[in-house]
Amino acid sequence: MATASVVNRREFLKTGAAGGVVLVIGFHLAPRAVADLAEEQEKKIPNPFDAWVRITPDNHVTLILGKSEMGQGIMTSLPMILAEELCLDWKNVKVEQAPTNPKIYSHGTGGSGSVAGSWLPLRQAGAAAREMLVSAAAAHWNVSPDTCKAQDGGVLHGARKNFLTYGELVSDAAKLPIPDFKTVPLKNSSEFTIVGHDTRRFESREKATGTAKFGLDSRVPGMQFAVIARCPVFGGKLKSFDAEKAKAVPGVRDVFPIDPVAQGAFTAGGVAVLADNSWAAMQGRKALQISWEEGPAASESSASLHQQFLDNAAKPGKVVRNDGDAGAVLDGATKKTEAIYELPFACHATMEPMNCTVHIRPDGAEAWVPTQAPQWAQAVIAGVSKLPPEKVIVHTTLMGGGFGRRYQADFVMEAAQVAKVSGKPVMVFWTREDDMQHGFYRPASYHRFSGALDAKGNLAAWKHFQSSTSIDAMWSPKGKETPENSEFATAAFIPYQTPNYRLEYTVANSSVPRAWWRSVEHSSSGFVVESFVDELAAAAGADPLEFRLRLIGDDRKIPDFTNPKQGKPLDTARLKNVLRLAAEKAGWGKPLPKDVYRGIAGYFSFESYTAAVVELSVKDGAVKVQRIVYAVDCGRPINPEGVRAQVESAAIYALSASLHDAITIKGGRVEQSNFNDYGMPRIHEAPTTEVHVVLSQEEPTGIGEPGLPVVAPAMCNAIFAATGKRLRRLPIRAEDLA
Amino acid sequence: MATSFTLNGKPQTVDVSPDMPLLWVLRDTLNMTGTKFGCGMALCGACTVHVNGEVARSCITAISSVAGKKVTTIEGLSADGSHPVQQAWMEEDVPQCGYCQSGQIMSAVALLSKKPKPTDADIDDAMSGNICRCGTYQRIRKAIHRAAGMQSKA
Repeated sequence: MATASVVNRREFLKTGAAGGVVLVIGFHLAPRAVADLAEEQEKKIPNPFDAWVRITPDNHVTLILGKSEMGQGIMTSLPMILAEELCLDWKNVKVEQAPTNPKIYSHGTGGSGSVAGSWLPLRQAGAAAREMLVSAAAAHWNVSPDTCKAQDGGVLHGARKNFLTYGELVSDAAKLPIPDFKTVPLKNSSEFTIVGHDTRRFESREKATGTAKFGLDSRVPGMQFAVIARCPVFGGKLKSFDAEKAKAVPGVRDVFPIDPVAQGAFTAGGVAVLADNSWAAMQGRKALQISWEEGPAASESSASLHQQFLDNAAKPGKVVRNDGDAGAVLDGATKKTEAIYELPFACHATMEPMNCTVHIRPDGAEAWVPTQAPQWAQAVIAGVSKLPPEKVIVHTTLMGGGFGRRYQADFVMEAAQVAKVSGKPVMVFWTREDDMQHGFYRPASYHRFSGALDAKGNLAAWKHFQSSTSIDAMWSPKGKETPENSEFATAAFIPYQTPNYRLEYTVANSSVPRAWWRSVEHSSSGFVVESFVDELAAAAGADPLEFRLRLIGDDRKIPDFTNPKQGKPLDTARLKNVLRLAAEKAGWGKPLPKDVYRGIAGYFSFESYTAAVVELSVKDGAVKVQRIVYAVDCGRPINPEGVRAQVESAAIYALSASLHDAITIKGGRVEQSNFNDYGMPRIHEAPTTEVHVVLSQEEPTGIGEPGLPVVAPAMCNAIFAATGKRLRRLPIRAEDLA
Repeated sequence: MATSFTLNGKPQTVDVSPDMPLLWVLRDTLNMTGTKFGCGMALCGACTVHVNGEVARSCITAISSVAGKKVTTIEGLSADGSHPVQQAWMEEDVPQCGYCQSGQIMSAVALLSKKPKPTDADIDDAMSGNICRCGTYQRIRKAIHRAAGMQSKA
């Protein structure tokens, strides 16, 4: 595999020769670095967004994928961009996972940012390669490049007989100067034959035949399988253990303690049981006798956290934003709307439990990791093994779901610790119970809203107090926390116009680990903001759609309050467009079948616009969602079919959070353990989901997560239409419907 | 203790603890990793295989209980993905992360062997033991109907 960087010109050419004539193009380089491929660039650190294209003499093009595939379709959509600019036949495109090298690649996969971040760099890389190939062909025929055209994986001049495949040209093309990425001609979108067209998932066959290799499928000669007994109470420590009975279990090879890691990887530590197979390891763990020092978290519970929310709400919070004087307007208002919402911790519950396979030898290490952050995995293993990172080979495997959970390195740290002691290749794997009870959860939160309308029905004041177990408070160095920054996004700049807006925040303390869960803070903000605006619409006696459109008002761009410099502004025209489109496609305002009711929500997240109309019925204390009609605008859709798939997926993930998911705490430990008490929607609960994708020409933006935040509020708004009851806590409970 | 059974049409003998679940025999002893571990309690269906043609959750199926029986795994459906259900899965672009899909496909194949033209209610009944965290249920339903159509033409 070619790993040389284009910034090293000599290395680049050498690799080209040694690799049997391989053309390697780096992308997302600083423009100057590409324009001026001089000696000085050998010293340059490659841009973190670099990745690679490879063309072999047999005319196959390979995109070296620097991002991680966890089901979101990046293994398809990124090569599509490249193939477009390279004028390839899609059938010939291959994809290969990048070796882990953060000096070249920006591996981190999250924040719905892969397509948005790769769109221009991949186009430039593909276009640069295409131009070089065209130049090589022109030189071969001794004609002007203007008279040559790239198509179907080759270059054509005049009649069909003057056609050379890229494979035939690559040897000459590789010797040509690389065009300036800044000025390299990109295809006009009207010429696109791949981008914007429905394309099936690249790795579908492997996934339909059981041959796809996930992390848990890693097999290394001589490997052992290990599980770890962890203190069930967060932050608890190992007091003592007796391994005699565990070691007596057939197949168990070793038992030893590992230390907890308090920062970064955040591991619980515990006792590792290594065995010849997974079953023996689990049986050995059951036979362990362990005594834990539970520590101060043992007194924490969901009830104590709720009380903390109430105590916090009784006092003023830190003012995150204040426009006008919402307090005074609300005090003087004749009619106020007030509501309190609450959301629990939620677990990612990826279908493939956490796992990591590591082999640490004295001279180097190798690991097979289902990770959204292979660069972090590499650093963790390097740290534990005391090897330089370049001696740590990390293979990023396919992932059985990520949803943010696999951005963590806790499972890597544990595997590295165990492998360091063992010296053998070891897979540390988690059971479902481990996964559910030692996760990094979506924060629990509490929200109190007050709002008032003026005589004309305009929004006179909006006040939002929030308390939550912040992500930032856990991850920032002590004294550097700004928890409000991680807890607000759209909630800090609602699209609804009001002169009096106030947002307050108080962090709630918890020993429960928190981190990024699909759509992160938007899963809470979307629910509370889009529920409360619906409450205001009802108070005004207005149609929920018309009310939203009126309050959003004129076409304008609202700056990102939490990140005004880098964040894209909220374009109200696009938000109104998806609201109208979803409503139109759902038949908003038209009669519904008996006992079926509608609710709507619209939201801006990850720089994309989403609206959903939910149709449901409420019967015998249960909610049955019949249909969800979405309109989404994520800029130019690279693969509309992939966009629809992601939104369909987010719909079910959100349905899960609305109807089932709640991680509750008692005695400092998670009360749930498996899918019996942490339920998932099953096929009979799945609604029909229609996704209408706006064929935008804007820059592509995120779509892995934006489908999620609108579902819970649209559902609860429909439940209000059905029953007259406002559901203000998730998940929806039968007693709240009664 | 040695246990003999038929695995994907071929005789197979393994020498493991009789209470070891079939799932781990497949995955760790035989290195056949197409069958997945999801919950260990027959709650998610990721480990679904067929034992004598019936759906079985291999994570709670002791190896001793399949002695003399016929076990079929995802690897046994076809060597090349040509089974109509696998074809339908690809044509409807069902998989996302793909981890649960071996189990989904095994459940669907068992359903179609009993009910070649399943209704939506039949699909709900047969497939509700299989969780998909990516939420591909709508496409699973379509793919089963498509496979039913393909099989009826075959």
